[in-house]
Amino acid sequence: MTERDDQIQETSITDVFASFEGDVPASGRRSTPARLVRRYLPAVFAFLAVLLVWEGLTRLFGVESFVLSKPSEILNSFSETSGLIWGAGMRTLFEAAGGFVIGTSLAVATSLAAAHWVGFRQGVLPLAIVLNATPIAALAPIFNNWFGLTNPFSKMAVVAVVVYFPVMINTTRGLLEVDPAELELMRSLAASPSEVTRRIRIPRALPYFFSSLKVASVLSLIAAIIAEYFGGPQDVLGQYIVNRAQLFQFPDAWAAILVASILGVVFYLLILAAERWLMPWHVSFRTSE
Amino acid sequence: MGGANRRVARAGISILAVIVVFVLLWEGYKLIWTAMGWENPVRPDNRTMPHTWDIFLALFQPAQRNGPPFILVELRAALMTLREAFVGFLIGGAVGFGLGVLFVRSTISERAFMPYVVASQTVPIIAIAPMVVVWGGRANLPQWLSVSLIAAYLTFFPVAINTLRGLRSPHPTSMELMRSYASTPSEVLWKLQVPAAMPYIFTALKVSAAASVIGAIVGELPAGLRGGLGRDLLQFSQQFTAAPEKLFAAVLIAGLAGIAFVGLITALEHRWIGANRRLAA
Amino acid sequence: MSAPVVEARGLGKVFGTGEAETEALRGIDLEIAEGDFVSLIGPSGCGKSTLLRLIGDLVSPTTGTLVVNGKEPRQSRLDRDYGIVFQSATLLDWRSVQKNVELPLEIMDFPDAERPTRAREMLDLVQLTGFGDHHPWQLSGGMQQRVAIARALAFRPALLLMDEPFGALDEMTREAMQQEVLRVWGETGTSVVFVTHSIPEAVFLSTRVVVMSPRPGRISDEIVVDLPPKRDLDTREDPRYFELVIEVREALRRGESGSSGS
Repeated sequence: MTERDDQIQETSITDVFASFEGDVPASGRRSTPARLVRRYLPAVFAFLAVLLVWEGLTRLFGVESFVLSKPSEILNSFSETSGLIWGAGMRTLFEAAGGFVIGTSLAVATSLAAAHWVGFRQGVLPLAIVLNATPIAALAPIFNNWFGLTNPFSKMAVVAVVVYFPVMINTTRGLLEVDPAELELMRSLAASPSEVTRRIRIPRALPYFFSSLKVASVLSLIAAIIAEYFGGPQDVLGQYIVNRAQLFQFPDAWAAILVASILGVVFYLLILAAERWLMPWHVSFRTSE
Repeated sequence: MGGANRRVARAGISILAVIVVFVLLWEGYKLIWTAMGWENPVRPDNRTMPHTWDIFLALFQPAQRNGPPFILVELRAALMTLREAFVGFLIGGAVGFGLGVLFVRSTISERAFMPYVVASQTVPIIAIAPMVVVWGGRANLPQWLSVSLIAAYLTFFPVAINTLRGLRSPHPTSMELMRSYASTPSEVLWKLQVPAAMPYIFTALKVSAAASVIGAIVGELPAGLRGGLGRDLLQFSQQFTAAPEKLFAAVLIAGLAGIAFVGLITALEHRWIGANRRLAA
Repeated sequence: MSAPVVEARGLGKVFGTGEAETEALRGIDLEIAEGDFVSLIGPSGCGKSTLLRLIGDLVSPTTGTLVVNGKEPRQSRLDRDYGIVFQSATLLDWRSVQKNVELPLEIMDFPDAERPTRAREMLDLVQLTGFGDHHPWQLSGGMQQRVAIARALAFRPALLLMDEPFGALDEMTREAMQQEVLRVWGETGTSVVFVTHSIPEAVFLSTRVVVMSPRPGRISDEIVVDLPPKRDLDTREDPRYFELVIEVREALRRGESGSSGS
């Protein structure tokens, strides 16, 4: 590896996520019901305990709902305002998903170019790593002014830029981190560079690509909500949460946060499902008999 | 150290290259789009896309009539935001490290809380920023500290995950060796696991540094906190039609603030690596 | 007899430039006839793998001439004259065993109808009948290496290059695989160049053992293995086998001392 290529090893949030996943689910053993219970029981207990203590303490000490809303109040608001908050959630999700698609497509195109042309890679990767350290959300006000405050595209553009870097850096790394023996094998078969990309590099990059997509799915919602904080239509999650909080309607704000959480988790699970579908061969999904 | 100088030089060159490339793309876009009469996606006129030199010059003009130059005002704002970010970074880093140690010591606590540590990041955590500000107000915390707490919320996760991973990284035979010395758990922790975890922790700290700056900028918005970058960005955004250069200049400074913070952590990491190499040699 | 499959004259290879320059090979003269089974043996750093890679045009020589199958090595690679097996099986995880064997056939644009039949034949040849739908990670190390051999032979190359193919296997599996390779060699008539650092392996398999010595890598000795062509468990207990093992061992020692003295 050259010194420049070394920089691909630089940090990204994806490493952190990927490392976590590598630690836990890839036990390689088949998940029997008993094992599932043993694995998740403490978590379920912790959840119920937290809810109960939360509800109990807020009742016991008569904590006002604008300090800490009771779980029951939040649930109440969640069902009463469901039309409103799910509508807002869908508009925010639209921004997030749009930006996700744009950012990911651009990132993949850049990665393929970077894997193909060494010069391009050496120019672009260090720049990407530097830019990755900048608070990209600060671009939101610029895009609001460029594309219009009410145009959902101005939020999508923020999401796209936020998503772009982790996907690009990670996918490029995946395309380049190929076993030298596999490259020798392809060379011995006199395979063309495009064959090597198609048959070796792309399959090898898929795990990297997907772990970055999982991060990107989460980031895209966060980025959309942050972009909404900088102004725009009122009927979206970010603005709804801020407005309700300013009016001290905290159960409403929490209910909207719950919607945001559900959307985030669903988005994440969709990526996970796509990953399993496209990479059934990958280590983390293997079950040995 | 020659190596350190070379690294700094290389980082400087990278940043310079970023700026040069941006200037070229920006001005090239303006030139071509103006010549062709194109208006999409962004109009190339001087109000939508001021000349890069105008943005640069705006840095040195007074922010208000007879006031200090814009760059001084914004650097002060950046320092304030960086302070919030840094305090949040310290809190989040400490919490993350503590969680990592807790989880590696107790499997039950890991099973009970790890899923929520992860879930806390798969939900747009930034959405609770307005609540945190209210809590901070009730607890009579200074407002900037509430913003720091939001930054801390974005910081702790990567540190917790990577601390755990790092503490688990020593080879089983190393652990057995420590056992053969009849070491206490805390000796194993400090003499073997923590040193082994340092590279992982530094990786997480770099991610966290960038995240904490975002947390601080965004946290300033619902807090309505004046004098920091977040609020300034919002304000210049509203004054965009009158003075577009100001917004771009502020974004530029926000970017440099993020790079500076991550750069600082990277420098610390290299110092740590350097010190350890000397010990090894 | 026909022209040699491999013919090297004064072959040399230098890696790197300036201060980082290392001379991997010097003055290699080697001839491998059709149907030969030639082992390259020597201590690490003697350039045996480099020599194999020169033949396969995976690296280019610095000096000398090399003819493979009567052509430039590059042309011979482009014509897919050889198959190669590495120490690691290098199977692609995302392909089934069958599809792994088909990989070279796909790259060489064999007709769709022919590929599965050809791959199945090859799996039969390495005695993996019925394992086509398995995935590589479901196979043991020895089985994976057999898939790699099937893949290398799938397009019936004139030459098989093997780079310490059994280096990572345990002794039992290793002996079984040696038997397997001899059988495949007997059935296909392919010429084989086999890199190893195991003396018994080299003697058991080869028609000729090429002994190499390091710094710089060169050929220090050649030993013709005059054991009967049919080799089995009895061969390993044949007195002549032991004599040849000792002969190769001494040739290696001479090579070592010769190089340290120079």
